[in-house]
Amino acid sequence: MSLIRYQNPSSVMWPSLNRWASLRDDLDTLLELPFLTGGARQTQLFTGWTPALDLYQNNDNVVAVVELPGMRKEDIEISLHDGTLTIGGERKSETGANGENATRTERFTGKFRRSITLPTRVDTNKVNATYKHGILTVTLPKAEEAKPKQIQVNVS
Amino acid sequence: MNTLVRDNRSASTNGERAEEQFITPAATVLENADGYTLEVEMPGVNKETLEMWIENNELTIVGRRSLPAVDGTLLHRESRAQNFRRAFELDPSIDADKISAKIEQGVVRLTLPKAEQVKPRKITVA
Repeated sequence: MSLIRYQNPSSVMWPSLNRWASLRDDLDTLLELPFLTGGARQTQLFTGWTPALDLYQNNDNVVAVVELPGMRKEDIEISLHDGTLTIGGERKSETGANGENATRTERFTGKFRRSITLPTRVDTNKVNATYKHGILTVTLPKAEEAKPKQIQVNVS
Repeated sequence: MNTLVRDNRSASTNGERAEEQFITPAATVLENADGYTLEVEMPGVNKETLEMWIENNELTIVGRRSLPAVDGTLLHRESRAQNFRRAFELDPSIDADKISAKIEQGVVRLTLPKAEQVKPRKITVA
């Protein structure tokens, strides 16, 4: 007999499973059919949502573009710490509001967090974020010292 | 009752746009006494780039993305360039004429009401 308290697998966050989550995304495309849609528990095991993030840079800014469909602006949290940009938040479940039963649940609900190391130093006071059509765009102006500088060559 | 949620896999192989690759977006189906609510995630799609049609009792949703154009070099990429497409077979209880849809922050929300004759009805004893 075990005295260890039973832990629902769905309540355990396994960081290593994040990789599986992205593998699942790849399989989805491969099979053209969302994978593991069977039981709620199965999908819960692959818990966590890793929204797709693209990172760009130009002379003045570093820009992060994140796919976050169906969020409320207030539920998106953006933070900067030690050169790492973290985007997190919570997507609330709207299920059961009007006596509705979910017959299929593929959309993720709950908390998520996503971090990325920025390639250069940024001016933390001038960060700007917009959210449109389910896409979050975070523009981070580069710190003055990180901007490329043109050096004039003087010909004597 | 389950037919609404059944994906049509053949549609992508013999459809007229078979040569184009699509992403299958995540979808959630909710059901109550009045009908179904279908939520499909299509980030980057707006009202103008969303297309939906019903043919042979099959609902097809195609969303074309218009991603924000960012000036600069790409350092890291996780998003995929393909558009979204997903097809659902409609349950016979759905009144196809009364289907309505809206798109909000990249989530398409369709309301598929059940036809009056299939709704649960109380019979009062005279």
